[in-house]
Amino acid sequence: MAVKFEQTGDGTFSLDVRGYSCPHPQMYTKKALQKMASGDVLTLLFDNPSSGESIIAMCDTDGNELFERKDNGGSFTWLIRKA
Amino acid sequence: MSEEHVLQAKPAFIAGLTQGNTKAASIIVALVVLGSIAALSVDTRFVYLLVYAWFGLIYGLLLQYGRFCMASAVRDLFAVGVPRMAVGMLIAVCLFSLTAATVQATGFSTFGPHPLGWHVIIGGLIFGFGMVFTGGCASGSLYKAGEGNVGSMLVIFAISFSQAIIVAAGGWLDALVPAAWTASAQAKDMPAELSVTQGWFDQFTAGYVWDLKGSTVAADLGMDGTVAGAFLANALLSAILPSLVLLVLLYVRYFRRSYLRREAVAPSLGSDLRGLWAMVTSSKSTALAGAGLGIFAGMQMWITGALREHYNIFNFGELLAAMGYENGLSLQGTVFDPGYWYITTQEAQWGGWILNQLGVDNMDNIFFGLDNGLPNPLLNAPGFMSIGIILGAAVMAHMRREFKWKLPSLETAVFALVGGTLMGIGARIGMGCNIGAFFATVTNGDLSGWVFLAGMVGGGYLGVKAFNTWLEWRASRSGEFDL
Repeated sequence: MAVKFEQTGDGTFSLDVRGYSCPHPQMYTKKALQKMASGDVLTLLFDNPSSGESIIAMCDTDGNELFERKDNGGSFTWLIRKA
Repeated sequence: MSEEHVLQAKPAFIAGLTQGNTKAASIIVALVVLGSIAALSVDTRFVYLLVYAWFGLIYGLLLQYGRFCMASAVRDLFAVGVPRMAVGMLIAVCLFSLTAATVQATGFSTFGPHPLGWHVIIGGLIFGFGMVFTGGCASGSLYKAGEGNVGSMLVIFAISFSQAIIVAAGGWLDALVPAAWTASAQAKDMPAELSVTQGWFDQFTAGYVWDLKGSTVAADLGMDGTVAGAFLANALLSAILPSLVLLVLLYVRYFRRSYLRREAVAPSLGSDLRGLWAMVTSSKSTALAGAGLGIFAGMQMWITGALREHYNIFNFGELLAAMGYENGLSLQGTVFDPGYWYITTQEAQWGGWILNQLGVDNMDNIFFGLDNGLPNPLLNAPGFMSIGIILGAAVMAHMRREFKWKLPSLETAVFALVGGTLMGIGARIGMGCNIGAFFATVTNGDLSGWVFLAGMVGGGYLGVKAFNTWLEWRASRSGEFDL
């Protein structure tokens, strides 16, 4: 089980932090977004529900757009567009 | 077939629940109901224990619903600049202070102030540092265990056994005890079987903590036992005003700039007040959970106080003895029975009871032998509050389709055990955790809780620094985070 952060296309990135509890998911999400350019899209996979609340607040604060949220029995796939 | 569904916007809470696994949630609730009926059929006086269990269940529901974790309150401020949980915690403090004041005014309060000394801030510091690595505070780890997080179960295990071991430890630790503590402990004329001059924690307790004073704001102002003392001194001055000051500080430091930019408004008193309200309501689930926890925590104190009045007891140990269960009672015939939301001491008893069953003689100390006893976990009333939190969280997690068994990686498991051990040690030195030493104290007029919080914040800050260093080092070695 390891954190996976990779570029999946032109302006698209993927971060997989499934299996990790607080504070890993939100800290890695913050670091991943810092490495991306404005307009890039991050597909974020995580399964620690409470990290989601922090990630929503992070997006609000930084103006990043959380535009799609999929929930599959405790695993979450969120799409975030960097401001 | 995948049950995946796409949520374009925040789902309506009820709609979210109806999509959940109501069967699993119903089975858990049914088991708790059946267990309650079984306990009452043995002896109706077990209602005293069941009050703990059912309030635990309610806390678990609310904690999971609001993702309410005080580790996040401190850690996420420093780690990712998010004040969501700190705000939720302060809402809960304000509400609980009002319900607690109502309970004080009715004369049913079960609260006793904590002695204030250096141990409070040092305990908070150690607890706060450990909490960053475990991913949850004491109550947060319980609710996450209810979500199926095995790493959080390891945290509970570590908190239980580290406390049980530290309160009974002697040997080389005794050499670190100041002679003044030993002399003061000896002068207390305690029962010989406690051997208070052996074991560092006994000497710390009897030779240091007992020489300190604990008080409430109402008592300090000569208003103890009055309605004004309960509401103005213990609620307003001790809890609500400090919380409002902290909310303003959080707004200025973490929310104001982004709010003014988002709303495209010029700074003014009006826009700042609207911004402050936006911060308070930014996570409605957290705010609602905070409000609910504040109200129910007060109700628990009131109901337990009323039951004590009804049974004419001061402590559950008296009721256990009357029911014929005398094993595990302390020398005073007592068991741990705070009468309000508490986490760590009952977990210490779990670990202590197991060690005792394995042949360890750990009743010759003040913590277990004189104060809290070592009851069978099936008779441990606050223990059922902790179990209730796990089950309540499991119910809510199933209802929201968020329950998932999650095995920890080696890294998470080590962090859980080491962090949990530090939390256990910090809790015993600081006389409680984020709930017992902070939440329950400041809301009842005892300012020592703010000192514990200061220590916890300092420890959390240092913990985040250390955690960040670890993350950077790990990423640089594995290359997993480089593109």
